[in-house]
Amino acid sequence: MVARSFRGGVHAHYNKEATAAKPIRRMPPPKRVVIPLHQHTGAPCDPLVKVGDEVKVGQKIGDSSAKLTAPVHASVSGKVVEISTRPQSGGRDVLSVVIESDGQEVLDEHIESRKDVDALGPDDLKAIIREAGIVGLGGAAFPSYFKLTPPPGKRFDTVILNGAECEPYLSADHRLMVERPDDVIAGAKLLLKAAGVDRAYIGIEENKPDAIAAIAKAAQGDNRLAVVPLKVKYPQGAEKQLIWAILGREVPSGGLPVDVGVVVNNVGTAAAVKEAVYSGMPLVERVVTVAGSCVARPQNLLVKIGTLVTDLIEACGGYSAPPAKVIIGGPMMGVAQFTTDVPVTKGTSGVLLLSKEEAVFGDPLPCVRCGKCVESCSMRLMPLWIASYAEAGRFDDAERMSALDCIECGCCAFICPSRRRLVQAIRLAKSEVMAKRRRVQAK
Amino acid sequence: MEGAELIVSSSPHQRTAVSTPVIMSDVVLALMPAALAGVWFFGLRALAMMVLCVAAAVSTEAGLQRLMKRPVTVGDYSAVVAGLLLALVLPPDLPLWMGIIGAVFSMAVAKFIFGGLGQNIFNPALIGRAVLLASWPVFMTRWRWPIFSAPWIPDFDAVSSATPLALLKLGGIRTPYLNLFLGNVAGSIGETSTLAILVGAAYLLYRGHISLRIPVSFIGTVALLTALLGQDPLFHVLAGGLMLGAFFMATDYVTSPVTPKGQIIFGIGCGVLTVFIRLYGGYPEGVCYAILVMNAATALIDRFTMPRKFGEVRKVA
Repeated sequence: MVARSFRGGVHAHYNKEATAAKPIRRMPPPKRVVIPLHQHTGAPCDPLVKVGDEVKVGQKIGDSSAKLTAPVHASVSGKVVEISTRPQSGGRDVLSVVIESDGQEVLDEHIESRKDVDALGPDDLKAIIREAGIVGLGGAAFPSYFKLTPPPGKRFDTVILNGAECEPYLSADHRLMVERPDDVIAGAKLLLKAAGVDRAYIGIEENKPDAIAAIAKAAQGDNRLAVVPLKVKYPQGAEKQLIWAILGREVPSGGLPVDVGVVVNNVGTAAAVKEAVYSGMPLVERVVTVAGSCVARPQNLLVKIGTLVTDLIEACGGYSAPPAKVIIGGPMMGVAQFTTDVPVTKGTSGVLLLSKEEAVFGDPLPCVRCGKCVESCSMRLMPLWIASYAEAGRFDDAERMSALDCIECGCCAFICPSRRRLVQAIRLAKSEVMAKRRRVQAK
Repeated sequence: MEGAELIVSSSPHQRTAVSTPVIMSDVVLALMPAALAGVWFFGLRALAMMVLCVAAAVSTEAGLQRLMKRPVTVGDYSAVVAGLLLALVLPPDLPLWMGIIGAVFSMAVAKFIFGGLGQNIFNPALIGRAVLLASWPVFMTRWRWPIFSAPWIPDFDAVSSATPLALLKLGGIRTPYLNLFLGNVAGSIGETSTLAILVGAAYLLYRGHISLRIPVSFIGTVALLTALLGQDPLFHVLAGGLMLGAFFMATDYVTSPVTPKGQIIFGIGCGVLTVFIRLYGGYPEGVCYAILVMNAATALIDRFTMPRKFGEVRKVA
């Protein structure tokens, strides 16, 4: 089968060798966890516990009555010692519940495995997915139940599972597909039912032949499921590019995957759905890749949500060298941290400790108009022009050049031989344009 | 981490190793076969011309930047490229001081005045050549037969100092393909050997610094148009400055379009103008002016060839 792909993109150094072949290891539960009440796209949760309360694993500790939100759960059993505003990896301070573990790992009494899974209808499944606090585990952390509900007048015909994992360094999804293919496929079947469709594709980059084989084997016998090998190219796992590669459908500008009848979910999300539906376990842990040249033992760890990055690094043998940057997520779209005292959240796919050589670059040179940003733009925009307008403060012109279509994949800045901060300037333009729109709307 | 300073910046946190100085020094490397061929065919004087043009270009840029109290950026090798390219498109017997004037002009007027690297509209090396041609037309059209090569033309003395294109235009004499391919013909220092230019171009293509869009559309247009006009297309492809121009001048990042479609249009335009100047113009060769004219159209071409953005379709209802 010929691997599929999209136009544009870049070939980055993947640097996955350090972790891709190592089995996932469960990190011993930390002594304390910090669980932010806002780990997802949508409204923040209100705390359902107070300082001094005893909590158990899987107990709901935060929820909201808003339409778009995702409840959060205790990932350890123990005592709530603090509810306060703390730094979170996204850069904002977020109200968080601090739990001191009793080391007992006592399960919440509501959690029990389901026998009647086949009897559950789409709405039952969506309700379970919501209650379990499941969000997109690829990094965007969009609440999954919401994504699975098409807006009025629209409907799905295809589910796509995203196993591309095109971000360099990361191998969490890769290991999950190799080690738990049956969970991923069981989750895929549940997502099919929840979305009310009978066609699912699992897109996996070709550099993970073991994952392709494992998933294909697990999917055998169900002709609703098909594995699609994808070319190794960044950003192959970006939603719009993935849909194009697999189905040849173009999500319209300003639109969502549902506009072309598709719902995309990460393979990790599928495994979490399976867990929630079959064993009743909400999303309280996830696989995190810890890598980069400054960590002593790079590996994939199964981590309790709320584990501080400091503890995570400790579990990987600490630092092998002082890092210049600590990044949550991958190197292309991840967020650089100013402290390691931030917790692992539902959207944390990786923690990278990068050296100066890996992650610090010289000052930008003048643009030489090489056109590489134009060629690499996965949305076929003109990054050099949008960035120039943004740098000159001409945000209306940037908007006219389709700045809002930018998916911020970072290919332009990656490929720029003059090290210009293209996507960074475009981000500025996007936020200025959005701010202006809000001002206009408010009037 | 205690006591350590973490750097916070906006993503991406990974960059390609191919930087602008790397590209420019690769271009210098890719020009070496053509430069060596120039020395082989036209002697150490050709080498002297290259050294002086590069030195003049680099010191002009550095000097002006120091004078204007701006950062000195000769470390990006772009001045080296411009100086070397200029030397390669000059006649081997041109007085050396004229070459220096050309180099100074190309850096000071064609590049620096426009704002330096990335801002110039016209290819600096070609501007240098055009200025010299306008200033000293006699010296700029005085050619010499390469050393080490046996004359193949019967009445050798009469036409020994003409380029293959001039031989054809003025005397209807055809130069053999092999001579054109290897480069033992009269011409500018670095333009005669198709073989040497292709070796360098192959390296640039392999490194991904240039694409085939401009060279192929440029050379292809010349071949197609000359064939349609009843000329020998292979001769026109191999003769004159087409190869050097198509692979090293027209592909100059700064002065050519950034959009893939625009690059093809640019190449076609260069090809059409080259053929018209060669066949109907006053000069035997038209590559230099063809590229300069198309340089002027670059911004316009870019504007009209913006890619259709992803998702720019009729909304699926």
